Amino acid sequence: MSHAVTVSELVKRYHPHAPAAVDGLSFTVERGEVFGLLGPNGAGKSTTVGVLTTRMLPTSGRCLLFGTDVVARPARAKRLLAVVPQRQNLDRSLDVRQNLLFHARYHGVGRDERVRRAAELLDLMGLTDQAGQRVERLSGGQAQRVVIARALMHAPRVLFLDEPSTGLDPQSRLFLHHRIRELRERGVTVVLTTHDMEEAEDLCDRVGIVDHGRLLALDTPRALTEALPGGTTITAQVRGTDPPTEKAEEAAEAAEIVAALAELPGADSAEQGPPARGTGAAAAAERCFRLRTHKDPSVLLPDVLRVLADHGAEPVGLSTARPSLQDVFISLTGRELR
Amino acid sequence: MTTRTETADLDVPDPDPDTGDADPGPSRHAGPVTRTFLAVLWRDLFTTARRPAPFLVQVIVQPLLLFFVFGKVLGVAGYTHGDFGEALLPGVMALNAFLVSLQNTAMPLIMDFSWSGEIEDRLLAPLPGSLVAVAKLVFGTLCGLFAGLVMAPIGFLVLGTAAWPATAWPGVLLVLLLGSATGAGVGLALGTIVSPERISVTFSLVLAPLTFTGSVQYPWSSLGHLRWFQVVSAANPLTYVSEGLRAATLPGLRVIPLGTDILVLVFALLAAAAIGIRGFMSRALG
Repeated sequence: MSHAVTVSELVKRYHPHAPAAVDGLSFTVERGEVFGLLGPNGAGKSTTVGVLTTRMLPTSGRCLLFGTDVVARPARAKRLLAVVPQRQNLDRSLDVRQNLLFHARYHGVGRDERVRRAAELLDLMGLTDQAGQRVERLSGGQAQRVVIARALMHAPRVLFLDEPSTGLDPQSRLFLHHRIRELRERGVTVVLTTHDMEEAEDLCDRVGIVDHGRLLALDTPRALTEALPGGTTITAQVRGTDPPTEKAEEAAEAAEIVAALAELPGADSAEQGPPARGTGAAAAAERCFRLRTHKDPSVLLPDVLRVLADHGAEPVGLSTARPSLQDVFISLTGRELR
Repeated sequence: MTTRTETADLDVPDPDPDTGDADPGPSRHAGPVTRTFLAVLWRDLFTTARRPAPFLVQVIVQPLLLFFVFGKVLGVAGYTHGDFGEALLPGVMALNAFLVSLQNTAMPLIMDFSWSGEIEDRLLAPLPGSLVAVAKLVFGTLCGLFAGLVMAPIGFLVLGTAAWPATAWPGVLLVLLLGSATGAGVGLALGTIVSPERISVTFSLVLAPLTFTGSVQYPWSSLGHLRWFQVVSAANPLTYVSEGLRAATLPGLRVIPLGTDILVLVFALLAAAAIGIRGFMSRALG
């Protein structure tokens, strides 16, 4: 069985002498997967989607959707795919419902079927009240919901979303994420581009990180973050002694705690850090210890608490933090502005 | 969320492409492609018919004034005489068909390719992209045909000329069809070349010269004493629409013969359509 999406050695140059926007990109997307293409602005994400959706011709390389070559058989590929573009491109001469109906008509969906699907999708997207409205009157979030509803009218097998959350308010974003998960449950393959790490971490089964048109890493968000050096950090906040003890005495006590933490099985390193939050007298009196580990942090937590108790320190906060996809992203693509 | 049955229904009416390695061939694709082509064409007709006022204003106002001033006012004032109205009617008909088809093809495309992106949904319809351009051409042609035909009754009324005999109509329809299609072809080419900030300058540079070198207000042969202008007019396809309509409707007049007009228009149409479709494809495939 062929993959939902196969990209092999894709190259796209807009001008013969310009650097390639996509430079030998290869990856596959499994059927029913939510796949994220993550990268900074200008990394080549939208160009890749443009080629995959038949809207651009590649300079070289091969792109298949369910085994159909998008360059050789664009009409056939277009039946399989749907696009939610970065900027909404609804037909302003038509109202909301007509946008859906005409899209289905272009794809040869019969009259009864398209009327039924339009009603269903308008309902699903919370747009029933806007069905007869002209599209200029819609808010950004509503317009994007119409675009998604339109895309689903011909029951595509793979849906491409290009930066779907850009410009959406938090409610619309949550709604969108919810709908994307539903699509996956239905077996629709979803390919989305984003530079929003949270979104990628939240939604995607696998993430491909691209920059300068090349694939830098590809794996599940968890595997990507686990591969980062440093592992998980456990942070323990401890109440200051009252009344405040001598500086020297305090430093000696902290050093003992750090040493004891570093000795724990599974601990990679320990340190005393600056107080984690807040300012003012209470915060200043707090102390903070960090422990790094590659192991499961939940196994270490009781030990950490015991060490603190042994040294008479009273814990007020305990937290663990895995490195985020953002850390992976920055470590791969660097910090400089694009 | 929908129920499970609904979701199942929404899924995939398409045949699984994996199962069919063999090329279905053009015959099996002709049906769906024709259906999609008609749907794309229908979108333009539907949106125009739904808000007809702007279209009708565009079609009727300018030629009505042309008829009135050239056919009526100048005659009453004594600057023109006798059969001028008869020679004017085919010219205005030609002008209207040509310009309306040109504008209705060019203007929406300029908007579409520059900022609205509305046409993308049609470019993602399952048919070759060039057929979307052809649908634009057909739509422009239909607009032009309508704009030309509607001039006949208005002309007969305003100018008070005699209606044409039935034998003239096949020639009129053929020339109008070719003229509208050529106008649409030029519109397609312009629509894919012109950027929105240059609309007004382009249209001043293209429309006014087209209008005034198209032998609209007089037969081409009457330019014999102004040779250079006659040559310039001969390079304008609109001349052959005006002259073709005169040849079909005014057998007594000295005009470019119908056969020549049709031949030139067919060539002009093919050239304009080829350039237009090429331009369209290069814009469509960003």
